[in-house]
Amino acid sequence: MIGALKNLINRLLKNLFGKKKEIKLGLYGPPNGGKTTLANRICKDWLGEDMGEVSNIAHETREIQIKEQISIKSKGKELNFNLVDTPGIATKIDYEEFMKAGLKEKEAKQRAKEATKGIIDAIKWLDEMDAVIIVLDATKDPYTQVNITIVGNLQARNIPVLIVANKADLKKADVKKVQAAYPQYSVIGISAKYGSNVDKFYEALFEIAG
Amino acid sequence: MVTFQFVPYYEIEDLGSARRVKKLIDIVKQNKIVLLQGRLKKEEETDLIAIAMEEIKGRFKGIELAVINPEEKGQEGLKKLRNNFFNAILGDRQGLTIIGPASIVRDIKKDPTKIELMTKEARKKR
Repeated sequence: MIGALKNLINRLLKNLFGKKKEIKLGLYGPPNGGKTTLANRICKDWLGEDMGEVSNIAHETREIQIKEQISIKSKGKELNFNLVDTPGIATKIDYEEFMKAGLKEKEAKQRAKEATKGIIDAIKWLDEMDAVIIVLDATKDPYTQVNITIVGNLQARNIPVLIVANKADLKKADVKKVQAAYPQYSVIGISAKYGSNVDKFYEALFEIAG
Repeated sequence: MVTFQFVPYYEIEDLGSARRVKKLIDIVKQNKIVLLQGRLKKEEETDLIAIAMEEIKGRFKGIELAVINPEEKGQEGLKKLRNNFFNAILGDRQGLTIIGPASIVRDIKKDPTKIELMTKEARKKR
């Protein structure tokens, strides 16, 4: 409660005493939802380059990655921000799961160690964000406790949120289920990999961060 | 054998956030499943995840977490406002928080009034 109040006062002061130089736009969500794929899509569309590596093995992004000074345009408006790609948030890390995915024991243990640190960093960075895109895999259950906890935290901190139901191109995807799970937020179904519906996504970005 | 430990809200009521989280993690690290009356603050839930990550070592692989609050859905207007007010003053005693060690609890599924707790042992038996 005190944290939320502090955050609100900081925001009010920032609005009163001058325009902020740069908006920090964070990508949050569980592992393998497609945060880095979306970061790459945004960077490719507006900077012409990728942001990070993607992989089918969970926890590929284990460090906070920042791409500065991205400028996007939609319907005659311009939005400038620093994009912050964060490691996927999970409540458990087991190196044996990485071994099942094909990694050797030493690599798996190292990946697990880095992944735990990445999650701690991602949580620490929550307070730094001005707006957040939560990237969920539309083929999976949106009601998981990790998702609910992330959304609840952002709500408590009064940080604007846009929810992306990614992988909407897949047969098993259910964007409506994601919308039903979080009716208080804008939910946009996209395919970050193939770029479908990203125009709507960029328009929605202006709503939360513009 | 799976051991559950019930933690009534009054046991954490007077503790600061860090001590609340530590108390719960300490129980989970004893391979027990915590059944906490009510729920933690939203910020404490993320602290719980962060502390669980810091504690991962050896057999401790993190936690499974579920918060069940059947009354939360469907509350609107004055009733919601009233509950939020009392929760802010007295703490959130409604519902139930389940925290289990990931080495024992594989998954917790909730269906607002039904809880399914899948243990690793259960999977082996199938």
